[in-house]
Amino acid sequence: MSKKLSQQIAFWIFRILGVFVVGILLWILGFIIYNGIGVISFEFIFDAPRDGMLKGGIFPAIVGTFCLIVGSMIVAFPLGVMSAIYTNEYVRDGKISKFIRMMTNNLGSIPSIIFGLFGMALFVNTMSWGDSILAGSFTLGLLALPLVIRTTEEALRTVPDSLRVGSYALGASKLQTIRYVTLPAAFPNIVTGLILSVGRVSGETAPILFTVAAYFLPKLPSSVFDQVMALPYHLYVISTSGTNLEAARPMAYGTALVLITLVLIINFSASLIRKHFSKKLGGH
Amino acid sequence: MNIVETKDVNFYYGDFHALKGVSLDVVKNSVTAFIGPSGCGKSTFLRLLNRMNDLIPDMKLTGKCLINGKDIYDKRVDVDELRKKVGMVFQKPNPFPKTIFENIAYGLRVNGIKDKEFIRNRVEESLKGAALWEEVKDKLSRSAYDLSGGQQQRLCIARALAVKPDILLMDEPASALDPISTSKIEELIFTLKAEYTIVIVTHNMQQAARVSDSTGFFMLGELIEFSETRKMFLNPSKEQTQNYITGRFG
Repeated sequence: MSKKLSQQIAFWIFRILGVFVVGILLWILGFIIYNGIGVISFEFIFDAPRDGMLKGGIFPAIVGTFCLIVGSMIVAFPLGVMSAIYTNEYVRDGKISKFIRMMTNNLGSIPSIIFGLFGMALFVNTMSWGDSILAGSFTLGLLALPLVIRTTEEALRTVPDSLRVGSYALGASKLQTIRYVTLPAAFPNIVTGLILSVGRVSGETAPILFTVAAYFLPKLPSSVFDQVMALPYHLYVISTSGTNLEAARPMAYGTALVLITLVLIINFSASLIRKHFSKKLGGH
Repeated sequence: MNIVETKDVNFYYGDFHALKGVSLDVVKNSVTAFIGPSGCGKSTFLRLLNRMNDLIPDMKLTGKCLINGKDIYDKRVDVDELRKKVGMVFQKPNPFPKTIFENIAYGLRVNGIKDKEFIRNRVEESLKGAALWEEVKDKLSRSAYDLSGGQQQRLCIARALAVKPDILLMDEPASALDPISTSKIEELIFTLKAEYTIVIVTHNMQQAARVSDSTGFFMLGELIEFSETRKMFLNPSKEQTQNYITGRFG
């Protein structure tokens, strides 16, 4: 076989595989949109469910998911960023950083249901927070933690050492260098990573199952110790345990569409934020 | 008067003996150039003077290294304070991803200066000192990355000047620049000498000959010859120096 022909065959294989991946994504999106768009209405977005969750909307679940997104960000951001600063700026190539990195990776590969059980044992029972936004946020935050740490580390690693050294050369301490040079330079990528990780966990069901999610709770939460409905769990409930599953199907697709849209909006805003900051910093 | 005095300095990276018994003195308000082939230890020596080598793990130093008569490797020395007194300009311009103004103000801010008026004046003074003021005075709030490479390097010089160091170390400051920017940096070195003591590492022998008062020639970690620049280039006392400056190797 000639070199040219084999190259062409290889290109075609790659091309087909590439199209295949995009195709799957579009297929899923198209399927959800096709089946779900019918129930989307003002009422569906802004009303509580009623009539055995066959009618009404999913507003409490949207609010609940929003609370959990914000809550888990608040938990994961400081912990994750500080931990990444420690491994990347302080103990860079030592045994400690290797150990921490290995543990972070292990933490990241724990199934999310285990996080759910752990969250129930620690936050719900031991800390006696009960099923609450607080317990759910901490559980989701812990789940997001390895992702936040990894993306923050990557963001810090893209900051060239010449900037750190330049800062030391002016008499700045390590802490000042991190605070005023390294972090600001890495900030757009850190925020992007954070948002992406939170977008990732916002669709998780298992961790919130035992820690916060309510089966049916049309009332909106009034404090962090309240339970809430959440989109992924609501989707699970109306797809598996309603009185009339067939009749609930459109509601389920509608919920799926809202959840997917929410995640896409989060991802999209992440890239907008990065663009905004990179421009402000003069592109680097 | 000697502002820098080193005596029998040996430096090791792990097992690698990077500097072998180097002793030399630098006169205040002079320009001292270090030349030599790559890996000869000239940059390592330069970085000893503001303890930049501290950042390298597994480094070891013996001998004495005095600045203004004080041992800078004494345990009681505050490294951050030392680096304020001994500024540094690097091979590649490394402005911070901040505005032109903030780049210069940075060194003042990290040293606890908050007076806005003072900072503004010092920024102007430093930019003038680095012969950059006329080019940037109307765009101080623009990103430093909008400047050309040569301007960025002068910005880095201005940044170093802003904290009023006694000594300015320059590690091949023009090697990444075009000839016009290079000649601007060289002119600048000449004027800066009135107020600062400058130690410069360069690959370019003509540059060393043009800007410096004394020159040190390093090879394989040893200071082969250290003398007045004119003498070094016209009448070197060692054969190795003669061979190097006439381009027989290196």
